[in-house]
Amino acid sequence: MSEKLENEIGFALPGEAWLRSPKFSKKILAAIKRIARSINYTVKIMHVCGTHEHVICENGFRPLLPKNLEIISGPGCPVCVCPAIDIDRAIALAKRADVILSTFGDMIRVPSSRQSLMEQKAKGSDIRVVYGPSEAIKIALDNPEKEVVFFSIGFETTAPLPALELTNKPPDNFSILCAHKTIPPAMELIVGLPDIEIDGFITPGHVAVILGEEPFKLFSDAYRYTNVITGFEPNDLLLGIFLTLKQIKENDPKTINEYSRIVKPEGNKKARKIMYDVFEPETSRWRGIGKIRDGGLKIKDKYADYDALKKFNIEIKDSIDIPLGCSCHLVLTGKMKPKECPLFGKGCTPLHPVGPCMVSHEGTCKIAYTFKDVTL
Amino acid sequence: MCLAIPGKVLAINGTDALVDFDGVQRNVVIALCEGVDIGSYIIVHAGYAIETVDEKEAEESLKLWREAIEDTEISKEDII
Ligand code: SF4
Repeated sequence: MSEKLENEIGFALPGEAWLRSPKFSKKILAAIKRIARSINYTVKIMHVCGTHEHVICENGFRPLLPKNLEIISGPGCPVCVCPAIDIDRAIALAKRADVILSTFGDMIRVPSSRQSLMEQKAKGSDIRVVYGPSEAIKIALDNPEKEVVFFSIGFETTAPLPALELTNKPPDNFSILCAHKTIPPAMELIVGLPDIEIDGFITPGHVAVILGEEPFKLFSDAYRYTNVITGFEPNDLLLGIFLTLKQIKENDPKTINEYSRIVKPEGNKKARKIMYDVFEPETSRWRGIGKIRDGGLKIKDKYADYDALKKFNIEIKDSIDIPLGCSCHLVLTGKMKPKECPLFGKGCTPLHPVGPCMVSHEGTCKIAYTFKDVTL
Repeated sequence: MCLAIPGKVLAINGTDALVDFDGVQRNVVIALCEGVDIGSYIIVHAGYAIETVDEKEAEESLKLWREAIEDTEISKEDII
C-alpha cells in the first residue's frame, strides 16, 4: 500500500489483511468519530455506486457512524437509471421473430412502461441473459439467420467492452442497443441540484480504473467538493469515509485515490481509447432524474451499421419512467430513503418490484430490503 | 456488481486468456489492457480484463476472498 495514502490518512496501515481486519475497522471508526465530534453540523457524503451501498449495508456501517454523519446513496446503479424508453425499445426488438435479444441478468427483470423483458420472454420471445458482450457475439456467430441485438448498459467500467467488440469487426447480424451512462456528468448534476446539499463524494473505484483521477479533480479543484476514489472491501469504504470527512474538517478538498492498489492515476488509457473510438458523449436521459448533459454515450456514425437504433425502425410512444406510487426518482438522488417510500416492503419487494431500484443487486431499495435489519 | 477478485493468467491465445480465479478457470478477453502476460494478475469485469494488479496485492485480495467464501454458502462458481 502506498506511502502517499498513509500520509493522507495520518496513520500506518497494518500490513496483514488490513482490508477486512475488524481491529482496523474499529480504529478507523474511532478516528471518524473523533473528527465528527469537532464538526458542529451534519455532514453529508454521497457515494454513486451500488456496490458501495451494498458493502455499507452488508457490514451494517450506518448505525456505527456518528449521528452527524450521513452517507447518502446517489445514482450509482446502472440498471436503475436506464430509462424506460430504452427497455421499451429492447422489448419491441425482442418481439420481432427475427431477433434474439441479449443483455445482462438484472436488466431483464426491470419493470418498464408496461412490462419487463422477462414477461416478454414468457410470451415466447427469444431473450437471453449473457455474462458479457463476447457471449452475445458468440450467439450471433451461431445463429447467422437471426439478428442478435445486445442491449448494452453500464457506466465507464462496462462501456469499453462492447466498444472493443465493435472495433473487432463483429458479424453483420450483430448490433448494439446502446444505453450507456457516464458518472462524472451525473455527479456534476447532483452538485448543481438546489434541494440536495452534500459535502463530499466517495467515487466508484471501478469507474476510476478506466477514467483515472483526472475527471474527478473537477469536483475538488473547481467545485470544492472532497472526492475519494474508493475500493470495495469493508475497510476501503471506512477509509473512504474517513478521508472525506478529514478533508471536510480541514476545508481542503482534494481528489484522493484510496484504491491506488488497482486504480492508476492515469486510468486505463487503452480501454479509454477504444471506448471513445466507438462512442461519443451525448445528452442522455437518466431514469428518475431526467436529462443529463453528456450523461450518456452514443455509437459514432462510423459504427452506425452496428447501431440497433439505426438498423431497426423502432418507435416508442409514451414511455413511463416512474410507475404510480414509486419514489425511485427521489431515492436515486438521495432525497428519500427507501423505507420512507409507502410501497417499500409492502406493494414493492424484490419478487414483485414496482420500481427499478428494487431489482438490481445495486439498487438502493433492493439492498435496503435485503439488509433490512441492519440498515438505517 | 464490482467484484475485485484478481485472476492469474495461465495461457494466452491472441486476445483471449485462460485465467485462474483461485481454482476456477475462465476465458477472459485481455485486449482492453496493456501488459498482460502469462503469470500476470488481472481484475476482470464481465469477462474482460480491465486492469493488471501487482502480485503482492493480488495474493492479499485472494486471501481475503477465500476467507469471505468460507463464511458463506456461496460457491466460487456462482461468483466468477
Ligand atoms: S420501494 Fe419500490 S416503489 Fe418505492 S421507491 Fe423503491 S423501487 Fe420505487
